[in-house]
Amino acid sequence: MESFTPLQSAIGGALIGLAAAVLWLGNGRLAGISGIFGQLLPPARTVLWRLVFLVALVAGAWGASRLFPGLGIGGVEPAVLVAPPVAWGLPMPLWLILSGLLIGFGTKIGNGCTSGHGVCGLARLSYRSLVAVAVFFGVAILTVTVTGIV
Amino acid sequence: MTNLRLPYLITAAISGLLFGTGLYVSQMVDPLKVLRFLDFTAIPSGGWDPSLAFVIVPAIAVMFVAVRLGKRRSAPLFDTAFHEPEYKRIDKRLVGGAALFGLGWGMSGICPGPALSLIAFPPAGLWLFLAAMFAGSYFGSLIVPSGHTRRLADAQ
Repeated sequence: MESFTPLQSAIGGALIGLAAAVLWLGNGRLAGISGIFGQLLPPARTVLWRLVFLVALVAGAWGASRLFPGLGIGGVEPAVLVAPPVAWGLPMPLWLILSGLLIGFGTKIGNGCTSGHGVCGLARLSYRSLVAVAVFFGVAILTVTVTGIV
Repeated sequence: MTNLRLPYLITAAISGLLFGTGLYVSQMVDPLKVLRFLDFTAIPSGGWDPSLAFVIVPAIAVMFVAVRLGKRRSAPLFDTAFHEPEYKRIDKRLVGGAALFGLGWGMSGICPGPALSLIAFPPAGLWLFLAAMFAGSYFGSLIVPSGHTRRLADAQ
């Protein structure tokens, strides 16, 4: 299994769960990233804590990459985005714009992403989130099968 | 306002720091690693990377405990109430939104948490991607009925 990192994954996953736990028990807020950034936009209320959270999110990734540079991209390896399938002949910027629009629009309409529905929703035993998770994982797996960009 | 008090903002900062650290440590900030999980065609050849499952399961488990602990309390530490999602219905908007998100996620290997965390070590094209993601979210907000009560009435 190529680049399978179970221990590193589990530690990182537990930290993500802890982040969600702190926000829930401290502030009664769900750590759904699409919701936190989506509600920075008009008609926005309670902007400040969302900004603080997002700045800290970036700072956390940055700090960890400096402390433990050997773990992967962002550390020793530079981060790269994935290009569209070569055979499709699409320009990279168009691919990025399309995927970005779909992710922003889809998470807004569907009320959540991998963190909000995936981590928090499933932990809350939300039936809505279970349906959302099944749909977005299913469609993403299908998409990768069709594009074959891995 | 509760949400302007210092303990509230410090809690948000600690949560963000832990989240960003977790995304880097688990390498979910790496679009290719996420795509290697989503690529089920690699299962027969042994090239599949199941790491993402090893990230999300412990994350859910820790949060599950926190949700249980929260049920014993009437309010979180720094606010007057837990902000639970109030929509209960499985509707076209939920399924359609999740499907469109899944399509974008499968194209790029990036979901919103990693997208923003990547600002820490920005790859080429990230700003364009983020601008599109924000624009998409904004277009979405034009379609979802605005105002809490209206959204709730619409969803139930």
